[in-house]
Amino acid sequence: MKIVKEALAGTVESSDLLVKIAPASELTVIINSEVIKQFGDQIRSVVNETLSALSVTEGLLIIEDKGALDCVIRARVQSAVMRAAQAEEINWETLR
Amino acid sequence: MKKLRRSMLFLPGASAAMLSTAFIYRPDSIMFDLEDAVSLREKDTARILVFHALQHPMYRDIETVVRINQLSTPFGLKDLEAVVRAGVDVVRLPKTDTPEDIFELEAHIGRIEKECGREVGSTKIMAAIESAIGVINAVAIARCSPRLIGIALAAFDYVMDMQTERGDGTELFYARCAVLHAARAAGIDAFDVVYSDINDEAGFLREVELIRKMGFNGKSLINPRQIELLHNAYAPTREDVDYAKRVIAAAEEGERKGLGVISLNGKMIDGPIINHAQVVLERASASGIRR
Repeated sequence: MKIVKEALAGTVESSDLLVKIAPASELTVIINSEVIKQFGDQIRSVVNETLSALSVTEGLLIIEDKGALDCVIRARVQSAVMRAAQAEEINWETLR
Repeated sequence: MKKLRRSMLFLPGASAAMLSTAFIYRPDSIMFDLEDAVSLREKDTARILVFHALQHPMYRDIETVVRINQLSTPFGLKDLEAVVRAGVDVVRLPKTDTPEDIFELEAHIGRIEKECGREVGSTKIMAAIESAIGVINAVAIARCSPRLIGIALAAFDYVMDMQTERGDGTELFYARCAVLHAARAAGIDAFDVVYSDINDEAGFLREVELIRKMGFNGKSLINPRQIELLHNAYAPTREDVDYAKRVIAAAEEGERKGLGVISLNGKMIDGPIINHAQVVLERASASGIRR
């Protein structure tokens, strides 16, 4: 999916995360988290897998994590990408 | 044993924190709300969040319900596409006025089940009755689909439609009776309205006692604090359980002796009394003894 505009998804409430996304010529993911020392690798892995499943190869993502579960991270990244790609129809199989 | 549906806890579909923790409260059913509890600008993100929550192992052992938006809105069908594919147990349709509303819903569900390889018929439906016409049509609605597991009365829109307001329950008198009778005539469950003043425990318990005595299976809840109160109110008393055990023992003894008529403490014990005793023991097994 092609990121064509800036978008936000999520919140900075506890157990959630805020994903900011913008068009860029290469893929960059910046993660800030209260639990970066314990779960930084896991969060990055979930974000990268999610972006890969959506075929996102370019874009700048800045993530403010507040201790979200993996399924919440997946949902918020997907939501931000859908908004930034202006996707009207969703192929739910790619979101699993 | 029949599935218990005493407590159905509403969760706002856009709340990551509540979706991540609600399973610990152990309601009989969890209802993710994509309708009124979600603002227009977050409909898309809530739908994706609920899609993932439904598939998470934390909800594997709890019946999951999703209140979708009405199919006449731009969101309803999108909600349905997501939640049926995610494996939701029950779809709650708001503002059900006629059987045709259910027919439209089940046609879409059947198509989606086929598309995603889910067993056709495995997605159940609950109809929420929220208007005077819905109450009038309650019997037809309750009997219109094998997918229906229950009908629920929803008070806020109903009282507005009736040009009244929420009060001591007088305003819901006819609707409660009508919805409950419709459910029983159709052999499905009946759910009462939410009690929105979470700090009024006494008022909540009064309402629970009323609907329990009327025969409702349970109630929609908006706060986890109400779950234990509700389950306890639905649990039989020690006296009820002791009597039920004596009834069952007398019935078994009568059967052994080949007696046509059984009596316990001078009172005749017949089929309905024995059946009720079995229901009391099943409730005690599920809910414990009332404290």
